[in-house]
Parts: sequence; structure tokens; C-alpha cells
Amino acid sequence: METLNEKAARNAKIFGVLKIILLIILFIAFIFPFVLVIINVFKTKADITSDPLALVGAHGFTTANFPNAMNKMSFWRSFANSACITIFSTIFTLLLAAMAAYVIVRNKWKACGALFGLMIASMVIPFQVLMIPLVSLYGGVLGVLNHRATLIFMHVGFSLSMATFMFHGAINTNVPIALEEAAKIDGCNRWQTFWKIVFPLLKPTIATVAIIDAMAFWNDYLLPSLVLAKKELYTIPIATQIFYGTYSTDIGLVMAALLLAMLPILILYIFLQRYIVEGVTSGAVK
Amino acid sequence: MFAGVTTFIFCAVVIVPFIYGLYLTFTSWDGVSVSKPFVGLTNYASTFKDAAFWHALLRTAIYSVISVILVNVVAFILAFLVTSGVKGQNFFRAGFFVPNLIGGIVLGYIWKFVFNRAFVSLGNALSIGALSTSWLATTNGAMLCLIIVSVWQYAGYMMLIYVAGFMSVSNDVIEAAKIDGCTNMQTIVHISVPLMVSSFVQCLFLTITRCFMVYDVNLSLTNGEPFNSSVMAAMHVYNTAFTYKDYGTGQAEALVLFIVCAVVGVLQVYIGKKAEVSA
Repeated sequence: METLNEKAARNAKIFGVLKIILLIILFIAFIFPFVLVIINVFKTKADITSDPLALVGAHGFTTANFPNAMNKMSFWRSFANSACITIFSTIFTLLLAAMAAYVIVRNKWKACGALFGLMIASMVIPFQVLMIPLVSLYGGVLGVLNHRATLIFMHVGFSLSMATFMFHGAINTNVPIALEEAAKIDGCNRWQTFWKIVFPLLKPTIATVAIIDAMAFWNDYLLPSLVLAKKELYTIPIATQIFYGTYSTDIGLVMAALLLAMLPILILYIFLQRYIVEGVTSGAVK
Repeated sequence: MFAGVTTFIFCAVVIVPFIYGLYLTFTSWDGVSVSKPFVGLTNYASTFKDAAFWHALLRTAIYSVISVILVNVVAFILAFLVTSGVKGQNFFRAGFFVPNLIGGIVLGYIWKFVFNRAFVSLGNALSIGALSTSWLATTNGAMLCLIIVSVWQYAGYMMLIYVAGFMSVSNDVIEAAKIDGCTNMQTIVHISVPLMVSSFVQCLFLTITRCFMVYDVNLSLTNGEPFNSSVMAAMHVYNTAFTYKDYGTGQAEALVLFIVCAVVGVLQVYIGKKAEVSA
């Protein structure tokens, strides 16, 4: 007869095995769509249509989809557009939000409180409420649509409140005021104090904000599609859409385009995985 | 001044358009002409008369309720599994998060392929009737597809928040419960969950607001098809303004959508905060 302890141990073991099986099933379900894209990208159009589940198509292995898709979506140009917009928007957001948060934390002016309150309140406004006035103001009144700079300006504007909020918290908790006073005594002016003392202390928050915002900028579709109507300005998400045009879609090219659109961020993820997962978690929990 | 540029950009992109948007709801504008004639409350009247908008809003509400529940259930299970000490749990965590790295447009197209081709081919090969026609071609099927993709897309992200919640529950409390004779299940239900209320509040808020505003996946996966049966509220707003060139009504509908979403979100956070306990 088995003792109560043995029984408990056996139950725990069964429970453990069940957990692993469930985990593996869920994992397969999660990556299955990506696997399908990868196996179909090396097939001809006819093979994909006849059997999308086969590992290798009847006409054999082909890489012809890549150059054709790259050509059609002007991959490198779209990539350069996306990269340029993402990098500049992220840098401006970081610098401006950190400076604003510093001013707001260290000054007890009423204007600062009002600005901060407005920023927090504005975080609940969804983009859909602002898109129509944005288009009519910047397109109709100012006529500055179809410039990368306009898109960068808007990206920065939308992400500032969240970023300022996060820097505000970080300065409050991580930057001791005594350190700044010491810098002041040593002859730093406020500008120097900020760049030499405060900014370096904000590194973890900078990483978090940079990761969250860069991902959002890179993947954004709606705002860029409203601002950038010219083909030579297209970002990668907009360029992916070309394949579902009015003509019948070449599914082989679509597969290649989807993989190309995912690759840059997946490659980054392989190297920066730990930081991305940490950044997103700490960003969400705040 | 340090904060001057920030204030300027923030106002130019968020505050001024928001106020200008309020003004737009009282005008009729086609997006082209220079004049924006003042029309009073006509746009709100046509919003209330726009049956398609209310259908879209109701559809969005149904979709959101189902998605929010499923996303959080799946995310909670995932979080439990990847914090239970299984080998390679960091690898699994990273894997489940992958859909969040990729934009909704690309995700929608990937799943369009899965639903239209892979499932159909699988259904034909194994002669499963339910799979042999594309789910995207039927009214309810398209909604189901949208829900599946949303769950798949957000579960990994919410999982990370629940993981942080699980980690914040101290081991002492868990051990005390085990010594008092709690089974695994009892420990989760009676100890972990009550201590993780703030994680639930957060995840629910994030999923509710995201589901209500769904657009990218909606556009690339179903584009409102079949017969406009899967047009969500955000897509309806877009179409009213930019396809039918009725900016005033579109903006009024966007405001209604915003208010509904904000009320639901605030209520949920308020109720959630009341339920919080401290160890």
C-alpha cells in the first residue's frame, strides 16, 4: 500500500508532465502560423495553392519569391523609411520627455502641474478621435502631409505623454536631489547637471521607453497610412498592403513580403530578447 | 526653456486636434472644400440615425467581451505554466510574446492565409466538413477568426504582466498555504489570485481598450467582409470620414466611441481597485 506521501509525490509528477504537455501544445499553436509562412515562402505559387501544408512543393525548392517581393514592395526603400522614422521619433521622444519630466519634477510651478495633468488625462484619448482633425489640420490647413518629418513630429507628440509619465516616476525615485545639489556646488549649471548627472541615472527607463516606443513606431499602420500617401515614402507595414491590391494576389510573393516585414524585428528580438521582455513588462506595470 | 518644445509638440499633436475635433463635429466638411459650414447638431443626429454605426458598436462590444475574457484566461494559464518551474520557461515566455512584436497588419495577413488556405487544405485532406470552407467567408466565422487572432496576439503580452504578478506573490505565503494543506489549485485560487488583483485590473484595462479600438487586424484579416458583417467601430469611423468623405459625422462617431470606451475602462478600474487586497 502506498503512503499518503508517495501518492502526493506521484500526483505532483503527473501534474508536472501534464503541464509540460499543455505548454508544448500551446507553444506549437502559437508559432504554427509563422512556421506556415516559412515553409510556404520557398514554394512556387502553384504549389502553395495546391498544398499549403506540404513541407516542399511539387516543383521543388525556390527562392524566387524573395527578389520579386522585394522588388514589388521596394523593400530597401521602405525599410529605410521605416528605420529613419523609427530612429528619429524614438530619439526625440526620449530627449524631450526626459527634459520635460525633469522640469516638472524639480519645479513646483502651477504650469508644470497643469501640463502634467493634461498629459496624464490625454493618455486615455484613442487615436481614432484625433485622426480626423489631424488630417484636416495638417493636410487641409497647413498642407504638410507627405513628409517624413511630419510623421516623426506626430509620432513624438503621441508618445510624449506616456514617456514623460515614466521619466517622471523614474526621476522621483532614482535621482537623489543631494546629487544634483553637489553638482551645483561643483559649478554645474542646470543644463550640465541634467546631461551629466540626471540623464545617465535614467538609463533603465530610457531602455524601457525606447523599446516600447520603437516597436510601436515600427509597426504603426494607421497614422503613417494617413500621413504618407506617396509611394516613395511608404513604410514597411504600408508596403505590405500593396500585395492585396486590385489584381489577383500572388500568394508566393505575399509570403515573402510577410516574412521580410517580420524579419528585422525578429532578428533584433533574438539579440535583445531579455531587454525587450523586461522593458515591456516594466513599462506595462507602471 | 527645457519643457517648451515638449509642451509645443504635445499641444500641436494632441490638445489642439482634440479641441479642433470637437469643433469639426459641428460642421459639415467633405475633406476638400475650403469652407466648413456650421451645421449645429446635425452630425450628432445623423450619428444616432446611423444604424450601421450602432451595429458596428454592438459588434465591437460582443467581440470585446469574448476576446477580453479569452485573452485573460489564456494569458493567466500561460503565466501559471511558465512560472511553475518547468525547464526552459524563459524560452517559452519569449516564444509566446513573439506575436506582439509584429504589427497588426502583418499578423492579419498571416492569419488570412492560415484560415483561407491552410485550414481549408487540412479540412479537405482529412475530410473535416467544418474546415473545408474558409471560416472567413461566413458572417459568424469572420468574427470567430477575429477573436482567435486577437487572443493569439495579446495573450503573450498579458502573460508577461501576470508573470510579474505571480512573481510578486511572496514564497512565504505560498509555503504557509501548502503547510496548511492547500492543494496547488487551492493555492492559486485562494492565495495567488487575490494578491494579484492589480495585475488583473491592468490586463483587463489594456485588453478592453485595445479590443474596442481594434483596426489593423480588422483591416487586413477581414476588411469588413463578408457583406460588411465584420466592420468594427473604428473601421466604421474611418470609412465614414475617409471613404464617404463625411468628416463631421465621422468625428462625432469617433467621440461616441471614445466616451463608451472611456466609461467602460474607468468603471472597470474603479471596480478592480476596490477588490484589491494587501498581504
